Amino acid sequence: MPMKNVRALIVDDSSVMRKVVERSLRQAGIDLSEVREAANGAEALAAMQAAPSDLVLCDVNMPVMDGMEFVKQLKGVENGKAAAVVMITTEGSESHVVRALSHGARGYIRKPFTPDQVKEHIVPLLEGKP
Amino acid sequence: MNRATMVDYQAMRPMLELSVREVFQIMLGCKIEAAAETTEAEKFDFTSMVGLAGQLTGVITLRCSTEAAAKMASMMLGTKVGEGDQQLWDATGEICNMVAGNFKNKLSGVRDGCMLSVPTVITGDDYTFHSLADGGELEIHLLFENMAIVVALQLND
Repeated sequence: MPMKNVRALIVDDSSVMRKVVERSLRQAGIDLSEVREAANGAEALAAMQAAPSDLVLCDVNMPVMDGMEFVKQLKGVENGKAAAVVMITTEGSESHVVRALSHGARGYIRKPFTPDQVKEHIVPLLEGKP
Repeated sequence: MNRATMVDYQAMRPMLELSVREVFQIMLGCKIEAAAETTEAEKFDFTSMVGLAGQLTGVITLRCSTEAAAKMASMMLGTKVGEGDQQLWDATGEICNMVAGNFKNKLSGVRDGCMLSVPTVITGDDYTFHSLADGGELEIHLLFENMAIVVALQLND
């Protein structure tokens, strides 16, 4: 996946955090051609059913549908199969990381985070490195 | 030993303070200073709360003035946010959430066994806060951009 024209979906119940995440992606040098936002997992699933995104940044603790359930259900969405999903959350436990990765997430970033941490976790995914 | 001393708050104080400092430094790009206890004249219009459940149960609160909340939101977003903007609730709630998460992640052996609630934010100052946590309270008084803020931790025994 090239680092240019990346279509991103940012999922967080905090609108401020969604903006912070978007700004961090741009500061990390990721060329975003499209940024969509969702306030919970259910909205994110609907967004992915409607159109694909290359990169999904997803919070864990959210009302309506949490991030873990979203990642689990995304596997059943055709548009979601090629998306790189990275969890961004305050839930820093190993069990959460393991659960997220086992459900199909490709990375995990703990809040608070710096743009450098975003770069370190996301750029390799977009460049196709494991 | 009375119930209020069952929770070892003195051991937790440096970790809670570090958790607050890290969140403000990393997410807002500012340093915060230790402060003397706030006076009754201080008007805290914003109270953000995040519940802890599991191995650690209780609540973490962040209290600040409207002016401080607006400054926090502005610094997070990199753009000026007015004092009547809904993003003030969002920003202070998220900061409290990150402080709570950062704090529990620093406590040895707790990280896996403690869950956080989504944040709740109360505006206005004409209320009394009654936590059912029965293990006393740790309050940390700090200065953010020369404005007083208070972070408090209340735990069950």
